[in-house]
Amino acid sequence: MSGINDFVVKFATVNGSGSASANGIFAKTLFRMGIPVSPKNIFPSNIQGLPTWYEVRVSEAGYLGRREGIDLMVAMNPQTFKEDLAEVVPGGWLLYDSTLPRVWPREDVTIIGVPIAEMCAAKWQDTRQRQLFKNMVYVGALTALLDMDVEVLKSAVVDQLKGKEKLVAANMEAVALGREYACKNFDCPLPIRVRHADGAKGKILVSGNDAAGLGAIYAGATVCAWYPITPSTSLAEAFERHAKRLRITKEGRRLFGIVQAEDELAAIGVAIGGGWNGARAFTATSGPGISLMSEFLGLAYFAEVPVVLFNIQRGGPSTGMPTRTQQSDIISCAYASHGDTKHVLLFPANPTECFAMGAEAFDLAERLQTPVIVMSDLDIGMNEWVTDPFAWNEAHVHDRGKVLSAEQLEKFKELKGKDWGRYQDVDADAIPYRTLPGTHPTKGAFFTRGTSHDENARYTEDGRAHARVLDRIRRKFDTAQTLVPKPEVAIKDTSGKTGLIYFGATTPAVREALDLLEREGVKVNALRIKAFPFTRDVVAFCAMHERVFVVEQNRDAQMRSLLMTEAEIPGAKLIPALNYDGMPLTAAFVYGAVLQRLQPAKAAAE
Amino acid sequence: MSYIAKPSAHHPALPKNALGLTHRDYEGTMSTLCAGCGHDSITAALIEACFEMDLPAHRIAKVSGIGCSSKAPTYFLSRSHGFNSVHGRMPSITTGANLANRDLVYIGVSGDGDTASIGLGQFCHAIRRRVNMTYIVMNNGCYGLTKGQFSATNDKTSPSKKGDANPFEAIDLCQMAIQLGAGFVARSFSGDKAQLIPLLKAAISYWGFAFLDVVSPCVTFNNHPTSTKSYDYVRAHNMAVDQLDFIEEKEEITAHYAEGTSVSVTMHDGSRLVLHKLDQQHDPRDADAAIMAIRSNAAKGRVATGLLYVNETQQDMHDILATDARALNSVPMAELCPGVKALEAINARLR
Repeated sequence: MSGINDFVVKFATVNGSGSASANGIFAKTLFRMGIPVSPKNIFPSNIQGLPTWYEVRVSEAGYLGRREGIDLMVAMNPQTFKEDLAEVVPGGWLLYDSTLPRVWPREDVTIIGVPIAEMCAAKWQDTRQRQLFKNMVYVGALTALLDMDVEVLKSAVVDQLKGKEKLVAANMEAVALGREYACKNFDCPLPIRVRHADGAKGKILVSGNDAAGLGAIYAGATVCAWYPITPSTSLAEAFERHAKRLRITKEGRRLFGIVQAEDELAAIGVAIGGGWNGARAFTATSGPGISLMSEFLGLAYFAEVPVVLFNIQRGGPSTGMPTRTQQSDIISCAYASHGDTKHVLLFPANPTECFAMGAEAFDLAERLQTPVIVMSDLDIGMNEWVTDPFAWNEAHVHDRGKVLSAEQLEKFKELKGKDWGRYQDVDADAIPYRTLPGTHPTKGAFFTRGTSHDENARYTEDGRAHARVLDRIRRKFDTAQTLVPKPEVAIKDTSGKTGLIYFGATTPAVREALDLLEREGVKVNALRIKAFPFTRDVVAFCAMHERVFVVEQNRDAQMRSLLMTEAEIPGAKLIPALNYDGMPLTAAFVYGAVLQRLQPAKAAAE
Repeated sequence: MSYIAKPSAHHPALPKNALGLTHRDYEGTMSTLCAGCGHDSITAALIEACFEMDLPAHRIAKVSGIGCSSKAPTYFLSRSHGFNSVHGRMPSITTGANLANRDLVYIGVSGDGDTASIGLGQFCHAIRRRVNMTYIVMNNGCYGLTKGQFSATNDKTSPSKKGDANPFEAIDLCQMAIQLGAGFVARSFSGDKAQLIPLLKAAISYWGFAFLDVVSPCVTFNNHPTSTKSYDYVRAHNMAVDQLDFIEEKEEITAHYAEGTSVSVTMHDGSRLVLHKLDQQHDPRDADAAIMAIRSNAAKGRVATGLLYVNETQQDMHDILATDARALNSVPMAELCPGVKALEAINARLR
């Protein structure tokens, strides 16, 4: 099944050995040759010394979910030789540094030995150079083995080494070294190889965190507070990097304020303080941070303060697998904090949507005066995806929501027929009007609090007033339902009995699985959830089908639970398809899960 | 009672400040604290300070945490926005609010539980970031709303009302604040308006992080004869290291002081602090000496009060972060959103 522009290469290296940039150049070269690629970093929670892997799936057809079965293993880490060899498909290849030759106990795998260390030792004197250029030597060997365009590779090297131009020549020498050795000693290219293609034309290669940080810039966010936590750190760092290019005045002053907080509690506190005071403010975190931020999320919910939170989910519970991916914070985010709370969630499926939803989240937060949580994950956040370019509508007017100016405060009664009160539902959409500190000398001041308050923001212990306010905030969710992004529905068979619901990073794997199933004559209609609260389309989709698979990356079928409790979909109808090993989902998993249920005999035979 | 609105009618003879406002315009709702609570005296002093400084109340933001002290912002400045946040987290809310709008006056109100226990980390980091704010701790050595447990500022020698001994040493917030780099550190006593009002005025006009620890007896749980945070004890052991005159820039400087016994400190906004040194050793510009003054007095069972430390040239968070001179929340979206052309250039770099 593998072949030209259709295979998986995996690099097994040691963390901290400088392999990441060489691997990145490899993927970028294929991308620039127009070939859809999906590089996945499978890295340890470690700085130096532990094993790390980089998987690159090449798919001219554009299937960019993870695929198991490695066609070519670049085995550079003796610690993991055994398992790396085992992962290669029969008939596959394994490239290794044969400076110390070894016997590989598999006859169905072609071994490609390149004496990399020996060649580097002969070429360079400096130990660090000898080490770093090893990576470019194996990339050089791959250019011959896979028939990669060396000129395109050079362009990727030049980009990678911006500011260090002197190193380009040395890197290209290392590439030539590996390439020449491979050409001389092996039949190049291999049956799996690449050729120029169109599938990635017009696309960009970017990580979701980079995209989301940029989305916050386009949203006009000025206050960012965060605490370092994998895998969300690079989002705040991306915001800062973009801000330093795009948000400096002519006088050299910054149009943004970033605080690396002392912990996640302070990070969300700073963001809420900023939102309360009329700035667009956000924080980024992951599972443990969500737990810590919960009390503050309840305050923002109840006191109705806009704030945006990016949750880059990782493997839980507890510290879990900080460098692996999951979708396991759905329930904890939907209901974060004690008491009756409920939060708006957005589910981007790729970096393009991280950008778009990263910006949209701020409009929703200010319109709805509530926290909005963007539910990304490690796979989208930290891996580079081939994705549609970012788009922005110049005519877009940022929705700042119902914030009263001094003039509007003066005329409020005249316009609305009643006096202003912070928590009055004047427009029957359950969204009250807010005021910012410093607006008017005598009007609009109020006390924001997490204690119970009445419609005029006064402290109350009157149970009826308390219930009234809670009811109105719940009704705000009805309004939210009309504003959040609608799901993406793909109907393959209008009279079909089987539906499938998915969301987020599993999207490429699910789409591939649906095509595989269709080839087997199994037509499954699909719906991709983009937001919570669920829109009516979700309910309608479930009503259309006898059974609906719900694909998610957690143990407890959290999205399924949410569909049952919030959309009142009968549980018997919702079939969980769950993966929670921390690895990006494969199409084979989804295909297997569906087939096993619909055609158990066939699934067993396969 | 806080739900009882005070009558808004003013007596025509009430004195007015430069803004044409009376004391009443700086008040809040009725206090729900116990009669005689030190916190109410601090509230009254704050109202007086803001009135005398002619501050437009709507340009002040009051932020607090949780506890008796944190309820107090309801009882002053009803024309100001307030934010009663979560326990121990007033500093982060204020930091964010200040980042969003550098032009307001931020008054943070906290208590000893709110600051010295649950909020100790946020207290430290707000100081470290030099947030331009006045941070007031209404310090009574106990948890009032939960009925009188010791707080971390209660002296080890100070038993509970029932006579239970306090097993642990107290945290001295002023020493901590100086050590962490707070630019203005003072201690006062809720029962000493003459000292408290000028200190509040000086703290509010200070550019940078101003910390004011006000010993404020809890009449219900910590005002018994053996408490070191009782009215009687503090009155008997109050050791003022200096006596402060706060002179606003606009006022004519008429204060006279004898050479060698006074220190004059010029503030960022041009106002001046004139300190009549009572303790000849004390120079409030010397952080080490300030800590010494607190410790040597404490060793003698005395509470050193007054302006303990001041750094005349502190930079605030915005200076450090090099943010725009305008409030960030006032910058138009057109300046914040880079637009389509910039995005095309970014897309091109990612190809």
